[in-house]
Amino acid sequence: MVNPFRGFSAVFYKETLHVRRDFATLFFSLIIPILQMFLLGFGIDTNIRQINTVVYNADGRRESRELLDRLRNSDTFRLLRYVNNDKDLNDAIISGKCRVGIKIPVDYSDKLLHQMSAQVLVLIDGSDSSVAGQAINVTTAIGLDESLRRVLVNDATFAVDMRPKILFNPDSRSPNFFLPGLTAVLLLNVTTFLTAFSIVREKERGTLEQLFVTPVRPMGLLLGKLLPYLVIGFFELSMIVTAMRFIFSVPIHGNVFLLAFLSLPYIFVSLSLGILISSKATTQAQAMQLAFLTILPSIFFSGYIFPRETMPKFFFVLSYFVPATYFINITRGIILRGAGWTHLWTDALALFLMGTLLLVIAARRFHNKVIMA
Amino acid sequence: MTSSNQPAILASHLVRRFGTFAAVDDVSFRVEKGEIFGFLGPNGSGKTTVIKMLTGLLPLTSGDATVQGIDVRSDPEGVRENIGYMSQNFSLYADLTVSENLTFYGRIYGLPPERLRKRMDEIVQLNGLGPYLNRLSAQLSGGWKQRLALGCAMLHEPSLIFLDEPTAGIDPVARRQLWDLLFELSAHGITFFVTTHYMDEAERCSHVAYIYFGKVIADGTPDALRELPAVKPKGTYRVEISAPHVTQALRAARTIPGIRSATIFGQSVHALIDDSLDLDLLRSQLLKKDVTVAEIRPLAPSLEDVFVELTYQHRAAEEASRG
Repeated sequence: MVNPFRGFSAVFYKETLHVRRDFATLFFSLIIPILQMFLLGFGIDTNIRQINTVVYNADGRRESRELLDRLRNSDTFRLLRYVNNDKDLNDAIISGKCRVGIKIPVDYSDKLLHQMSAQVLVLIDGSDSSVAGQAINVTTAIGLDESLRRVLVNDATFAVDMRPKILFNPDSRSPNFFLPGLTAVLLLNVTTFLTAFSIVREKERGTLEQLFVTPVRPMGLLLGKLLPYLVIGFFELSMIVTAMRFIFSVPIHGNVFLLAFLSLPYIFVSLSLGILISSKATTQAQAMQLAFLTILPSIFFSGYIFPRETMPKFFFVLSYFVPATYFINITRGIILRGAGWTHLWTDALALFLMGTLLLVIAARRFHNKVIMA
Repeated sequence: MTSSNQPAILASHLVRRFGTFAAVDDVSFRVEKGEIFGFLGPNGSGKTTVIKMLTGLLPLTSGDATVQGIDVRSDPEGVRENIGYMSQNFSLYADLTVSENLTFYGRIYGLPPERLRKRMDEIVQLNGLGPYLNRLSAQLSGGWKQRLALGCAMLHEPSLIFLDEPTAGIDPVARRQLWDLLFELSAHGITFFVTTHYMDEAERCSHVAYIYFGKVIADGTPDALRELPAVKPKGTYRVEISAPHVTQALRAARTIPGIRSATIFGQSVHALIDDSLDLDLLRSQLLKKDVTVAEIRPLAPSLEDVFVELTYQHRAAEEASRG
């Protein structure tokens, strides 16, 4: 009877020795994700606040100063400079010192007093679209609010009163948004990279060739190689989740064990990707490039940084083929929205199917291109 | 399964095609138990392909092979259980110690712990790795790496071991020591299948075969090959011509009627000569062409001569058949 997993324990034994011996690689593969986590957790705030703003107040009277106070109090603008002519206003924006320029005309107060429409010029540097968008929204809202205040008589209420309530992540904290998604990218990092490297390294050194002439079966070989990295991946995941909860105070609304369980199909996909890469690459440098090819879509097309809904149709469809898309939905679902199995089983299924397909392709490629070459 | 009069390897009419190209073209040979079988041939001639076919890594396009009495086609795993294999780059794990490398290969072959310990002791005693057991294999010199690799390949006590270019890139002393070890093991009944580029190693084998672009063009004991009529045609003999300017001597020799072929060999020219052209006549012919000759003496053909001669004849036959 041929045992299809022949050689598994031997390969596992050897692979754990490699991991232990090559402590530097292990250390960096664990510490770099944590560093990334700190950078993204502390360093990046997607909420746009305190935009540098230059003001040319040609009016200077009470009404104009009130308007500026309202802009300042919105927390969106930081009134950095005051200038006295159009040229300086323009220069401040062109030089990049300010993103927004506000010009209040000489007759601003007069027009308001005479119930006429007063115009305020808002110049916006469009080179960063999210900053520009935020500046437009806030200035428009302040203009509207200011107008209504003047039109409505004392106790009148709005005819339509919108009451937005943010359900999850009510403070719109960036770590709450970034860190659950980050777990997907970091796990991919550990599992795909490390497994691909560990196989390609044996190709480079010729030890793989030697192994094929022993009774080791391909499944025994691959599983023996993958399992140590699966353990490392799991360790990494728990480290990230712990740091997320206790250092970045991201509340976890759902079940942590469900998260751990649902990370299995994702890790499965990542490991299969690693094998696929190793069946193609002959050097570690090549493996590195191919691995980056898998990392980039996971960052850009998974909804990790940019919302998928705003993507052009083509990329939106593409995002369905990126495993991280599903896992990010799982992590954000469990951590932020308290989602359960009933909400997430389709994502898990999608990952499982992807992993199976990839493993079949990878195993076939491995058999044809590596063993029989 | 394996009875005592069975050959260690029996290859009959092996063919391996990659597309239309036949990398191995109707190769047959038989390796008896206890032989040191030298498998020679230029790079790309199909040596490694044959090894891969015999170890079940590459399916046979046609033909049959049994290794240790096991059919390669139907039971490649069974073959791999019963052979040892050492590749040319001594596939060791550089970041593992000597004893860890041995343990790994022992486990691969499924040796139970006590037997593994016993085998490791035996192997360490045989190849003298004792003082290095806890050293990383990366820190070993070429010769020690090779001994360790051989040790790994024979932990499971295979009676047939494939050695693919075992001495490539190691120093002459280690090379000599490896061969001493092979002879010792061979005396204990282990069969070796060795590929090599070194002609002096071929001379040490008890049986050699020469493969040239997918075809075996010589097969036999070194002595038998030297006596082949193709190598030593009737009415000819071989000489060694020592001359201060060998290239000049070679050019001249090739123009003398009665010299069938000539090649440079170190500081001398080896030539195959008709009996009608005796040594004195040859000397005077060379002098006529202004070649100063230090010495001319008759020579038994070396294996290199044999292979050179057979290669020429094979090429000529190929060209003739192509028209």
